[in-house]
Amino acid sequence: MRRVAVIGVGITEFGELWDSSFRKLGIGAGMSAVSDAKISADQIEALFVGNMSAGRFIRQEHVAALIADYSGIARDHIPATRVEAAGASGGIALRQGFMAVASGLHDIVVVGGAEKMTDVSDIESSMIQSSAADQEWETELGATFPGLHALMATRHMHDYGTTREQLADVAVKNHRHGALNPKAQFRREINRDVVLRSPMVASPLRIFDCAPSSDGAATVVLCPLDMAKEFTDSPVEIVGSGQASDSLGLHHRKDICTMGATRAATERAFKMAGLSQKDVDVAEVHDNFTISEIIAIEDLGFFPKGEGGKATEEGLTSFDGDVVVNTSGGLKARGDPIGATGVAQAVEIVSQLRGTADKRQVKDAEVGLTQNIGGTGATAVVHLFRRV
Amino acid sequence: MATAPRFWRENPSRYNMVGFKCNSCGKFYFPPRIICPLCHRKSVGKTEPVKMKGTGAIFSFTEIHEGMDEHNVQKPYIVAMVELDEGVKVTGQVIDCDVCDLSIGTRVRATLRKLSEEGSAGVIHYGYKFVPVRENGERPGDE
Ligand SMILES: [Zn+2]
Repeated sequence: MRRVAVIGVGITEFGELWDSSFRKLGIGAGMSAVSDAKISADQIEALFVGNMSAGRFIRQEHVAALIADYSGIARDHIPATRVEAAGASGGIALRQGFMAVASGLHDIVVVGGAEKMTDVSDIESSMIQSSAADQEWETELGATFPGLHALMATRHMHDYGTTREQLADVAVKNHRHGALNPKAQFRREINRDVVLRSPMVASPLRIFDCAPSSDGAATVVLCPLDMAKEFTDSPVEIVGSGQASDSLGLHHRKDICTMGATRAATERAFKMAGLSQKDVDVAEVHDNFTISEIIAIEDLGFFPKGEGGKATEEGLTSFDGDVVVNTSGGLKARGDPIGATGVAQAVEIVSQLRGTADKRQVKDAEVGLTQNIGGTGATAVVHLFRRV
Repeated sequence: MATAPRFWRENPSRYNMVGFKCNSCGKFYFPPRIICPLCHRKSVGKTEPVKMKGTGAIFSFTEIHEGMDEHNVQKPYIVAMVELDEGVKVTGQVIDCDVCDLSIGTRVRATLRKLSEEGSAGVIHYGYKFVPVRENGERPGDE
């Protein structure tokens, strides 16, 4: 297996971008990543695009071909492949690109992720997001996507004494981080009261416990590590990649406070990298709901099971903490254009390891991690990155 | 919303909570599966449909205030994950109670109710919902 490096990153602004179409977003992020990598279009050998549901959000399928066409690389007939794993579409696209380079099949591979969510109504957007759960045995019986996460939260509070305030602290922290990120959808700090007084969505989760609907795209360019110095002085190596699955329905899991897929993907990624949790300086985790971040930092092995809420409350996941989680603002504040999210996480970690994260830079960051989830944890993908 | 055939074909399970028992390992599953995820190919030909008793206890619950169109008729509504006495967990609505009356461990039983309607003149879909029961089998407030 060849060692793989990220040599370029690009990201659009995230938010309700009414003047931007899906293709404009996808090309925008792609152009900035390609120019960051200082490659020319004819050097690209393959394209992978993470996208969850363009068919329902913008009534357009076949979006990898669309992006290849509008970025001008379809003329060379390069393979362009869409990857779908609900919320983990972007992270799995990254893994596909990683495997294509690691295997020796391709040298220069572009991995993009994009979603255009705000052309449909809020209720339609909610219904599309809930299709990541089991439609026939969860959604049609009344469970919404926030509702399923509320079931996890209720149980986590019951089993471990996690408090409503600790859930709020995840949103408060991620908004504080997002305020430092010029590409973030929300750049305003909030306090606990804002979260605790916001409208109820699915008890105990309120609107400020939930990531927003967003438009946006992100791109990374990969190549073999031994070629990376031809393109950049600051390559970042992908040192570990782990993917795992679990039951589609949340009710089929013995323990709904643990995502077994995150645990398995984490173990695989750390094993490949030969690293351990204490080596990680900065992490982007899948906080589509506040409870998700608490469960994530436990399953990733940063904190013991049941202590994620307490760790957040004590500031251990912010700057100067044990591991800085979601410096970008996370899904909550940076925004969550579903297919783009997993790639956006990689863009943030690469920026941190290059030392170009400006006001939100984690000092001397050397190792970073991304964790991207599909549905209620039926898919998980974890990547580890290291400064070269 | 699902098309009518998509709904009808699941009616035995939705109306009567017909699940699946693997006679290779003895485990129950709901909804029915094609093969037992533990026994894989060994379970082929060794499975049978089994009607769940429909009784169990709340494993977790939530009150949904914002959500899906077809359930918005009566907002808010309660959704619970119920651990059935056969040892399998299912997701469904809990009705005829207030969320304050519920906690993890509350005993419930399944009842057949209207789930949703397709359009104003459309097909009505039925399925299981849960109601709380006392240990003596009565619902709270029955006395
Ligand atoms: Zn079996």
